[in-house]
Amino acid sequence: MSNLKVLMNGIIKENPTFVLLLGMCPTLGTTSSAFNGMSMGLATTAVLIFSNLIISLIKNLIPDMVRIPSFIVVIASLVTILQMVLQAYVPAVYASLGLFIPLIVVNCIILGRAEAFAAKNGPVASICDGIGMGLGFTLGLTSLGAVREFLGTGKIFDFALFPEDYGMLVFVLAPGAFIALGYLIAIVNKLRKA
Amino acid sequence: MKKLQSTLPNMAIVLTLISVLAGGILAFVNGMTKGPIEEIKAKTLADGIKAVLNADDLNVEEPVTLENGAVVYKTDKGVAVQASDPNGFGGTLVVLVGFDESGAIQGYQVLEHAETPGLGAKSSFWFQKGEKGDIIGKNPSSNNLTVSKDGGEVDAITASTITSRAFLRAVNAAYAALSGNTSDAQTGATQQANTNE
Repeated sequence: MSNLKVLMNGIIKENPTFVLLLGMCPTLGTTSSAFNGMSMGLATTAVLIFSNLIISLIKNLIPDMVRIPSFIVVIASLVTILQMVLQAYVPAVYASLGLFIPLIVVNCIILGRAEAFAAKNGPVASICDGIGMGLGFTLGLTSLGAVREFLGTGKIFDFALFPEDYGMLVFVLAPGAFIALGYLIAIVNKLRKA
Repeated sequence: MKKLQSTLPNMAIVLTLISVLAGGILAFVNGMTKGPIEEIKAKTLADGIKAVLNADDLNVEEPVTLENGAVVYKTDKGVAVQASDPNGFGGTLVVLVGFDESGAIQGYQVLEHAETPGLGAKSSFWFQKGEKGDIIGKNPSSNNLTVSKDGGEVDAITASTITSRAFLRAVNAAYAALSGNTSDAQTGATQQANTNE
């Protein structure tokens, strides 16, 4: 498989949000607005790229039986670094994502890709996979966030399209996340089959 | 390079090495970001105090933390008090309230909340000057700062009475902390705040 194919694979064919249904906790929890969804997606992408790279580089040094704890240590360190860097240099993003950043550690996309891809492929392909999967995740979260923000408050990226008073509040709340995600998955499945 | 076998020494050595390395890197990044993070926290707090006291420059004295967790920041332009109430709709509500010498509210900010977006989350502007639940200029010792449903004089946020109650309890707690901490303020509000619980 060429690197470009690996990259596109994560965005369309195996989109983590709409096709693999991985990482549902941050997907439902952080997408109350398009901006929040996008920030979470990009934060996850950053961790995913570096974890894929590091794990593909050290995969032969790790004995098989301790690979999961080793992967988790690598991923947890990367997430902690990300958290400290965001808190220090982009406090606005940190304030809106706060609780969900430490949860990137247990995001199954990251461990899943480390296990399924990075542990079997070279560093370049692994980076491509990280970028592809990360962008696919970001795309999924941003579109879900945009739909919820639009239906709930009449805005997209804080840009008002209709008055907030006519918004359906349920879409900003947890039930709306499930409803919107369900319809988006249906639409994406239809498009993929067409 | 051949893959390492899963023998006991191999596993122990590799796991130890990875953990030590990760620890070292984290310590380094922590050292690098510690300064900026503390700066941002101090700046956010200083901006908050300035905003609730409507003053552009002021000198903040050493903050006093009370037993119930309230923090009192005395300044030359008034006193800012950080207080909280645990019974908001979604959890703890933390507010920073600015008082002038007489105890009248100069301004407030909601520092932390877990209220419903679009309903209780409106508390950050609902009680500001000119808004429906305006509490600016009121004095908790002479004004009854509870929601009108409870016989008070503040209009609660539409469909968010629980948040409004928690918010006003926090404001009253802030005033109680202020009056407990400054000798010239009246102490009546302490009792009032308690009866509002």
